[in-house]
Amino acid sequence: MARITLDGIAHSYLPKPQSEADFALKRMDHVWQDGGAYALLGPSGCGKTTLLNIMSGLITPTRGRILFGAEDVTDLPTEQRNIAQVFQFPVIYDTMTVRDNLAFPLRNRRVPEADIKRRVDELIGMLNLQGKADRKARALTADEKQKISLGRGLVRSDVNAILLDEPLTVIDPHLKWELRSQLKHLHKRLGFTMIYVTHDQTEALTLADRVVVMYEGEVVQIGTPTELFETPRHTFVGYFIGSPGMNVIPCAVEGDRARLSPELSIPLGRHYATLSGKTELGIRPEFVRLGEAGDLPVNIRAVEDIGRHKIVRGQVAGRDFNAVLRDTDSVPAIPRASFDPARINIYADARLIEPEAA
Amino acid sequence: MLELIDITKATPSGIHVQSASMRLEKGSLNILLGPTLSGKTSLMRLMAGLDRPTSGDIRVDGKSVLGVRVQKRDVAMVYQQFINYPSLTVYENIASPLRVAGVPRAEIETRVRQAAGLLKLEPYLQRTPLNLSGGQQQRTALARAFVKRASLVLLDEPLANLDYKLREELRAELPRVFAEAGAILVYATTEPSEALLLGGKTATLHEGAVTQFGPTIEVYQRPADLRTAEIFSDPPLNIIRLRKDGTNFVLDGGISIPVPRASLALPDGDYIIGFRPHHLYLEPPGDGAVALKAKVAITEVTGSESFVHVDFADARWVALVHGVRIVKPDETVTVYLVPERFFIFDMSGALASGPAVKQAA
Repeated sequence: MARITLDGIAHSYLPKPQSEADFALKRMDHVWQDGGAYALLGPSGCGKTTLLNIMSGLITPTRGRILFGAEDVTDLPTEQRNIAQVFQFPVIYDTMTVRDNLAFPLRNRRVPEADIKRRVDELIGMLNLQGKADRKARALTADEKQKISLGRGLVRSDVNAILLDEPLTVIDPHLKWELRSQLKHLHKRLGFTMIYVTHDQTEALTLADRVVVMYEGEVVQIGTPTELFETPRHTFVGYFIGSPGMNVIPCAVEGDRARLSPELSIPLGRHYATLSGKTELGIRPEFVRLGEAGDLPVNIRAVEDIGRHKIVRGQVAGRDFNAVLRDTDSVPAIPRASFDPARINIYADARLIEPEAA
Repeated sequence: MLELIDITKATPSGIHVQSASMRLEKGSLNILLGPTLSGKTSLMRLMAGLDRPTSGDIRVDGKSVLGVRVQKRDVAMVYQQFINYPSLTVYENIASPLRVAGVPRAEIETRVRQAAGLLKLEPYLQRTPLNLSGGQQQRTALARAFVKRASLVLLDEPLANLDYKLREELRAELPRVFAEAGAILVYATTEPSEALLLGGKTATLHEGAVTQFGPTIEVYQRPADLRTAEIFSDPPLNIIRLRKDGTNFVLDGGISIPVPRASLALPDGDYIIGFRPHHLYLEPPGDGAVALKAKVAITEVTGSESFVHVDFADARWVALVHGVRIVKPDETVTVYLVPERFFIFDMSGALASGPAVKQAA
């Protein structure tokens, strides 16, 4: 295992990139700590797969260096980087047994058979495949095959990192819960460095200690799930994380109040300097209160009961907004909304603005 | 109206649909919910006329359509994979079914523009599909299905290959787009949350059989059997087997939980108890909760919610709690169950008694 350093990495698919816009991955500097669990999260086309391919060696970056520990591996091919990879679709040998599939990466490296047996038995136990160890892989279900792909990624104890590219996308929702918690458990037990690419926020947030959110070739925030939820540093993060995402409402910031329209202004709880550019406030649907009293008159368009909570969709100050209510809450006949001041974030040109010190 | 009357589809490889009966009304949204290989696609192919059932009848407005060729059926279908004509522009892709049907040029223009408007494709009409994002490609396939004005529209996991956020967006638009057209809409998904967000009616499927069919929220709140409750729960349903002994549910060598009043009349004996993850609490939720000690296996935090996986006896449960709640693995915690929230299934899996359903005000 090793620390992975990205030193001024940038990548363009054009032979002679001219401007910033020509880069699919804009300049980034980052250190992946040894043993960390990271997710790369973003919509398709955001550059997350490009970044993963740079780390695995499928792509040589246009600019910058990549280091495993102290060693510069920028020009090394994949097979010399000592990494394990797991892909969206299972990569296994159908004609081999489960046990032989798991042993394969070790036999390739001439690990002694006794060590192989110990390691493979341990993994079979951790993956709950005890009853199927001597079956041919062909006879397994899709999720069992993907378990073996994961196992093959984890079987070698000497890899620098394991890179996973949307490994749970084709798995049914119920089995996702099982595979996800198994992977998390294995990560805690074995301590490998894990970099996990996904567009699914639940997977990213639940698996990773730190999530790297990417948007249009750029890293817009790196943070813990809690940081991304509570203080998105960019309105895109607010929108992309959370379901529904953060409400983003244009406003004028006047000291410690936000003005939503000539008649409507709400308290912010904190004081802000005079701002220029496009100013907006962000409030998570979870922190919108609906009651008989409140600062803001609202129109309710729909109340969706999705079981564990309700999503209320409506308009406030002429803008669409969503509120999330617990399943036991009800919507008053003439509702008014209030935003928890401690949970309001202020943005100028999409970037988070810190309030002034009290 | 489309009626499936006791249809079964069997091939040498197995039974794909088992005695399914459904009535689908005009202008309705119907969801087929179940895991991979539960029969969703097989059922849709039968509805479309692409396959013929081994037994049973399919009727449209009371008349059997088993003898009607698929080309003569009034059906549009969209698949999980984005299927478009790669060499045609988006405009021509959308127009293609109308050209085949010999619709006059002026009307084609009107209908393509309308479909493109609804699916937000106006800026891309002159591009070819391969120059579009996945979301736009699937919007094109959906617009082509829409423009036909078919009376039966089948969408087979149409959003499965799209980004999470794009799914959210299209999911909000789709029912509206097709409801306005007055078609019978059938929508297959593996995801319980998608069914709840779409609303309408839901049929839950297990190994080719429809386990329940009714208004989506009712199937969710009052599943007829254990299978249905399991299919319609994400995170997975928490389950434990207990014995009813008078006024208590007991577990040998362990716990005793009061039987909810509404279920006291059940005969004594073994039951399978199911309860949803948001009804397993880490703080006392109020009167009538039962405290148990459980061992934490793993915690997952999303920022807005936390999923705390715990082991109790030989069961693995998930507690879904609001906010950030981090509990270390192997720690023993007190969890709270609310018997009033129990789904009580008999040993055959049929619902014997369930929680009272609150009526919407």
